[in-house]
Amino acid sequence: MTGADVLLLALGAVAVGAGALVVTTDQLVRAGLYLVVCLGAIAGLYLVLTAELVAWVQVLIYVGAVVVLLLFAVMLTRAPIGRSPDLNRPGLPAALIGGGAGLGLAALFADAFRFTKVDLPGPGNAEAIGTELFRSWVLPFEVLSVLLLAALVGAIIVSRPDIGSKS
Amino acid sequence: MSVDVLGPLLPVVPLVAALSGFVLPLRSKNAAALLGIAGATGALVVAILLAVRVDEPFETVVEWVQIGNLSVTAGVRIDSAAALVAVAVGVVALAVQVYSTAYLHDDDRYPPYAAQISLFTAAMLLVVVAGDLILLLVGWEIMGICSYLLIGHDRRLPEAPAAAVKAFLVTRVGDIGFLLGIVLLGVNAGSFWITQVLAALPGLPAATVTAAALLLLAGVAGKSAQFPLHTWLPDAMAGPTPISALIHAATMVAAGIYVVTRLYPVFVLGDPSLTVLGIMAVVTVLIGALAATAQDDIKRVLAWSTVSQIGYMAAALAVGAPAVALFHLLTHAAFKALLFLGAGSIIHEVGSNSMSAMGGLRRRMPATFWSMTIGLGALIGLPPLAGFWSKDAVLHAASSSSAGWLPDVVYGVGLAGVLVTAWYAGRLWLRTFFGAPRSPGASSAHEPSWPMTVPVVVLAVPSALLGLLAFADGFGSRLTPFVVDLPEVSLSHLGAETAAPLALLAVGLVLVWVLWRRDAARDPARFLGPLRSTFDNAFWLDNVQDRLVVRPVRALARRVSTADQRVVDGAVEGTGQGTADAGDVLAAWHRAGLPRAATALLAGVLLFAFAAALYGSAT
Amino acid sequence: MRPVIPYVVAALLFGAGVYGVLRRRNAVLVLMAVELMLNAVNLILVTADTTVRATLPHGGQVFALFVIVLAAAEVGVGLAIVLQLYRLRSSVAVDTVRLDAAPASELDEPRMVAHER
Repeated sequence: MTGADVLLLALGAVAVGAGALVVTTDQLVRAGLYLVVCLGAIAGLYLVLTAELVAWVQVLIYVGAVVVLLLFAVMLTRAPIGRSPDLNRPGLPAALIGGGAGLGLAALFADAFRFTKVDLPGPGNAEAIGTELFRSWVLPFEVLSVLLLAALVGAIIVSRPDIGSKS
Repeated sequence: MSVDVLGPLLPVVPLVAALSGFVLPLRSKNAAALLGIAGATGALVVAILLAVRVDEPFETVVEWVQIGNLSVTAGVRIDSAAALVAVAVGVVALAVQVYSTAYLHDDDRYPPYAAQISLFTAAMLLVVVAGDLILLLVGWEIMGICSYLLIGHDRRLPEAPAAAVKAFLVTRVGDIGFLLGIVLLGVNAGSFWITQVLAALPGLPAATVTAAALLLLAGVAGKSAQFPLHTWLPDAMAGPTPISALIHAATMVAAGIYVVTRLYPVFVLGDPSLTVLGIMAVVTVLIGALAATAQDDIKRVLAWSTVSQIGYMAAALAVGAPAVALFHLLTHAAFKALLFLGAGSIIHEVGSNSMSAMGGLRRRMPATFWSMTIGLGALIGLPPLAGFWSKDAVLHAASSSSAGWLPDVVYGVGLAGVLVTAWYAGRLWLRTFFGAPRSPGASSAHEPSWPMTVPVVVLAVPSALLGLLAFADGFGSRLTPFVVDLPEVSLSHLGAETAAPLALLAVGLVLVWVLWRRDAARDPARFLGPLRSTFDNAFWLDNVQDRLVVRPVRALARRVSTADQRVVDGAVEGTGQGTADAGDVLAAWHRAGLPRAATALLAGVLLFAFAAALYGSAT
Repeated sequence: MRPVIPYVVAALLFGAGVYGVLRRRNAVLVLMAVELMLNAVNLILVTADTTVRATLPHGGQVFALFVIVLAAAEVGVGLAIVLQLYRLRSSVAVDTVRLDAAPASELDEPRMVAHER
């Protein structure tokens, strides 16, 4: 077991643990905060897997923007601070399906890779990813910009009922 | 015109009259009457021309449809017997048409009535001239529907619709056999053309011919009111009296006898069929004659006498004398038409069917009285009236036949029938015309108007004289259907054996006269004692039929109807209802909220993934 | 490095996300669970970069970037919808959202009878 494995195990444990707390805690704000921990641990996993750029983007966008947005939403919907007793539905089907999906996938992966070792690739720093992105993936990149614009417009229209209504 | 044209023309003339009569408006009674009379006159003229000109049988046949190697032909085949029967049909139809103009003067549906008579005539003439079995069947079936329409003509009578339905259904039972017999013959002979069928008969298996003959007999029994399918005929008296005359004298009941003579070789070769016919005939003669003794309704007396007389014809056929049967058919047509029309005049004047309401009409209606006297005399076989010669010929044919035990039975029953016939005819005569009037209608009756009197008087002529034709040269061979190789029958033979029926006749007449003399106001039938109600109800055969056929069929029909409603409809409705309900359930299921939809979606995805993983690991 | 570790971590995170989506009643929490699932997929993509030698290097990481962008767009629109829902019903419980509700303009018309006789 190498140092990378140890790091992966540790960060993975943190990520899974925090993820489990996100979906089980009965305090809204804490769920958001556990999400931060989970996303951060995943960013750490990216770093171990030599995906530097992705890791920083993860931190910037997810931890920085998305989580903040989610917390805003929590605030705007006047979620109570503290325990909310009515957050959950009966858990059996959710547990069955979620457990089935997670454990099934895990079993598939474990069965596929066992304990084979692979060498880590070259670092995915900004230069390498940027070269790849603007050489091979330019068109999807540009299309994504259109999608972002559409999402932007859509979000505005959805959240402003006075736009588009007839009266 | 050549006979080739005249032959097909014979049924076409009244058919045209019928079809144009159907489109007449209801109020144009005169036009309808004229049209009907013209149709009947035309048919009569054509029939007379044919009877004069046809010496040798001739056929006109066109092929109609070719199905595989089975050809369906349409054609006429006319021999002198057919022409003579056609003349009888024409005379009776004309008499009935003329008579109806007065008898149904106030009827509000006269045009369809007259047109139906024309159609009835056309159908009967089609049967008479038909050269192939399919055309024969067409005419046969049209007669069935016409009898239904005409018997049920008077809708105000409560029993008329039931009688019409009964006539239709009972004859239909026989017609099914008739149809099957025709199909059996046609398919096995490879042709429906009567000549070819008869030519092919010797080559057919005996069992086939026998089956065909017996099946045809069922149809004959139905149409000609032979036991056990005779029950419709007395009930058919619910129809207007001229229709009774038409049905009883010239059409319908005569058709069965005529078809047997037409297809006589089938019955000769289909061995036991003539014996069956003979048994049916003797039973019918007895039932008809005995049932006639106790009836109070004058029309029902005549109806039962028809049943009995048709039995004589069938008996003549059974003992191998089709010419004699046709001879009796012709004379019977004349005197039975006369009797019914005369009875119609009486009913018209008295206003009742019941003989209890008549009496003393001899002086008030002399023309009708004398005509009816001739008709009744012909019925009982009083020499030298028509019925004497033909009935004597039947008895002679039976006594001179040597084909086993059947002719002896026929002879015995025929003699007994003469006695009973004399008795009931005498009763009718005395009860109607003699004694004191027993109702206001009877005491104020007088001769009806000329359209009703003239046909009755005119029909008295053939009723009286037709029998003398038996002395005409070659009349017997003219009446012999040309397809039969039978020895020449002599229709006229006066000898020692004639004394027996005459003696019985006299006994019957004297008996009824003596009984009547005791109390002229009362019915001689009271001396029948306990048998009276049995005879009056025709041996309770209607009840037997009701028990054995009608009720089981009704019960079965109810079951089937219930089964249809419950099972068949239930299956159909249930399928629809079940589908709709299942649709509702599925729709409710699909109206899931977001959570359940998401759960179901993800569960489905998971299932597919598992299946894919298992499948992938297995291969 | 044993790639099975991040793969299994990603699988378990995905399972947790599915569980969260199905279990949670609050729309914001559902969105969070969706984020978990997206991150699990990202982790798989990045890990695949190490185990799969593709013709184009770092394809997995590029895809991960794309997914992050998509997730940002999704969470933006999603939160807009959540807020609108809250404005309409003053609640963000997804239980109350009916999928078969007809648009307002058709509500007045009678519903089609499924089986006519």
